[in-house]
Amino acid sequence: MLRKLFLIVCLCFAGAARAGIDPALLAPLTGDDPDARVEAIASIGALANEDATRLLTALKNDALYATPDGHLYIVDGDKAYDPASGATGPLPEGLDGLMVNNRLRGAVDDALSALKLFSPDRALRLAAATALQKSVTLAQAPLIEKALAAENDAEIRPMLQLVAATANLQSPDGAKRKAAAEALAASSNANLRPLLQTLQTDDPDEGVRVAAAHTLAALESRLARTEFIGNLFYGISLGSVLLLTALGLAITFGLMGIINMAHGELLMIGAYTTYLCQLAFRRWMPDALDWYLAAALPAAFLVTAAVGVALERTVIRWLYGRPLETLLATWGISLILMQSVRTIFGAQNVEVANPAWMSGGVTVLGSLVLAYNRIAIIVFALLVVTGVWLILNKTRLGLFVRAVMQNRRMAGCVGVSTAKIDMMTFGLGSGIAGLGGVALSQLGNVGPDLGQGYIVDSFMVVVLGGVGQLAGTVIAALGLGEANKFLEPVAGAVLAKIAILVFIIIFIQKRPQGLFAMKGRSAE
Amino acid sequence: MTPTSLFSRRAWSGIVACTVALAALPLLNLFFADGHALHVPSYMVSLIGKFMCYALAALALDMVWGYAGILSLGHGVFFALGAYAHGMYLMRAIGREGVYQSDLPDFMVFLDWKTYPWFWSATDSFWYCVALVVLVPGVLAFVFGFFAFRSRIKGVYFSIITQAMTYAFMLLFFRNNTGFGGNNGFTDFKRILGYSISAPGTRATLYLVTLAALGGALVLCRWIVKSKLGRVLQAVRDSESRLMFIGYNPLWFKLFVWTLSAVLCGIAGALYVPQVGIINPSEMSPANSIEMVIWAAVGGRGTLIGPIIGAFSVNGLKSWFTGAFPNLWLFALGLIFILVTRYLPQGIAGLAARWRKEQA
Repeated sequence: MLRKLFLIVCLCFAGAARAGIDPALLAPLTGDDPDARVEAIASIGALANEDATRLLTALKNDALYATPDGHLYIVDGDKAYDPASGATGPLPEGLDGLMVNNRLRGAVDDALSALKLFSPDRALRLAAATALQKSVTLAQAPLIEKALAAENDAEIRPMLQLVAATANLQSPDGAKRKAAAEALAASSNANLRPLLQTLQTDDPDEGVRVAAAHTLAALESRLARTEFIGNLFYGISLGSVLLLTALGLAITFGLMGIINMAHGELLMIGAYTTYLCQLAFRRWMPDALDWYLAAALPAAFLVTAAVGVALERTVIRWLYGRPLETLLATWGISLILMQSVRTIFGAQNVEVANPAWMSGGVTVLGSLVLAYNRIAIIVFALLVVTGVWLILNKTRLGLFVRAVMQNRRMAGCVGVSTAKIDMMTFGLGSGIAGLGGVALSQLGNVGPDLGQGYIVDSFMVVVLGGVGQLAGTVIAALGLGEANKFLEPVAGAVLAKIAILVFIIIFIQKRPQGLFAMKGRSAE
Repeated sequence: MTPTSLFSRRAWSGIVACTVALAALPLLNLFFADGHALHVPSYMVSLIGKFMCYALAALALDMVWGYAGILSLGHGVFFALGAYAHGMYLMRAIGREGVYQSDLPDFMVFLDWKTYPWFWSATDSFWYCVALVVLVPGVLAFVFGFFAFRSRIKGVYFSIITQAMTYAFMLLFFRNNTGFGGNNGFTDFKRILGYSISAPGTRATLYLVTLAALGGALVLCRWIVKSKLGRVLQAVRDSESRLMFIGYNPLWFKLFVWTLSAVLCGIAGALYVPQVGIINPSEMSPANSIEMVIWAAVGGRGTLIGPIIGAFSVNGLKSWFTGAFPNLWLFALGLIFILVTRYLPQGIAGLAARWRKEQA
């Protein structure tokens, strides 16, 4: 209803000159009292009409001038607009620009952004309400209530109600403060904490103190829960990343016993394949750009599997049974792969953009944002693990793989081509590393050094989980992810990481076989 | 071979000849002016000095890998800790000549620290820092090794946890608040024991001390390898379980050689810092430790002269490549890794031994 009115006002404004802002509101702007000036800006903002927007924008852009007798004009070229009367005329004599310091500028910005609450564009209104949650003053309360009367969006309205209550917390009227404190019991805004704390201890009104204490307790417990769930989510997300990076290694190292130091570079090649797919889509199928990942997944798998098979045929198969030598040779391979990529694509990071459906996130519990790309990676990790499990346990290839790994000679005796199975297993492990690379490309920078950062972590996951144990790898990855995310707020990111490495080193002393020891004949 | 003769007559003469040749370099640099036919440029002296530090580290690594079969991917930590321990003294010796003209090193001024943290106390004493060079890597290796060897962590697992160790130390030293200069590390040294660190005489002395350390370490290692202790170590490498059945406890033998190796590596690092003039946490990156392994592998593991030859040849190649074809060096290094493991498991020393056998 009010929006309609607003529209009409705007039309009127466009058509004819009309009465502008009350000069009493404008007067303090030319004065010397900084508090009065800030207050005047808030009051002008609270008018919430086109004139107010125009005046504040002019103030922001240094286009507001005053005559020596204190009359304000908005100067546009050689025209001067009088905000008090709404008349446009020639430039008066003796105009002087209004001094705007940082504090005033901040007040103007706040007022202008609050004015967006009346925009017909829903996204602008939402952004304005979100900004107000961070900082709102009592002077803005009438404005917010005015906006609230017109607002009927299901998401913005409750936000505005909380903002209005936040503003009213500073109201001189005790009953209003109490009502506001009670209304805020539904909020989960951490910025309210200091304000509520002062109210709880210093408010003259007992009812307000009680209400504030009550709301504060509810807020604290809600914040603690949100933080816990946030840590849990980001821990699972980090765990999924670790799992995707380590899963390929769980096959090449865990099952085959090959210390593949080039594993990180296979991840990197997967990420670069994603980059190439994105380039190809951008070049030839720009309409379907959002679906380039669908092509990148099989492409990355095939490319890295092919690289893996080539490595196995040329280098690794000569080194079976000499694990330390494999380690050195694969390190050499990793150097060559890294330098090749650097030569082809340059040493700079390349840009891999998230598809549109992956950017943004869903907000839960009021303030916790779960990013879509994190959710996608959790789901993806789940699918890949399931896939690997199915291949290893439900297919003929998987049966052969397990047979060769458990007893190579016996498997050979019953007719399994062990050399071929070795090649395919290594190819499978490498291909899965490629899939991990696709996931990594969606999270961070893609550069030639991408793999180096993950190699130690991947080995830690596999060793911790127990060699040859898929379930162990999954649990180790999730456990490390959670431990990292819960330690981070306490110790900081770097110390958390160091603590976890130290923990793993100590853990391996206690249980050299990892979490899930291999039992039976295949155990050493 | 009697226990009294450490090296054969031919080996002795070779070692003496090499030592004399190496010792001559800084003297030729000092006593012949620039432009003279016999003049050795200063950069060559510091380059060979650096190579000798690497050779000492490779020798130390080969004691555990080549003789006791323990592959460490974390020797960079011991090297860097030795370097940092000596670097602490060198930083204190800068005095008030830093950029901020404070008693504290520049990076501490930058962090707004007012006093030295506890682990910097007494580091203005040269001899205390020399003790630290030996003790810090030694104690770390002893503690780490004690727990690892006691729980019989072997082979690949040991290699992986040593890699995790060096990675953790690298992260720790990259933090500014750890108190070792963050990612810039220590640099801009001015003097050592009162002598200017950039003076040719000081550089020649440092070079000769490094040469003496390398020669001393070679003789010490040879003595150990030829003793009964050395033979037990080789038995650990070849068949640890059989050794245990005979009644030996491999724990102390492994721990001894592991700690000795770490100390030698720390000394190499301590000699490296004043000659190269900088130490920063990237020395602890897992890649650096693996590169040390390839020095030993190229030269020939399980021999003592091999790692020294390996360190000189790989690093000489590196200097040449990074000057001539900087983009190709990593390809070359990668190929060295692959070809040596595939075709030359005994390294250059093994090749020489085979050639000699064919001659005979």
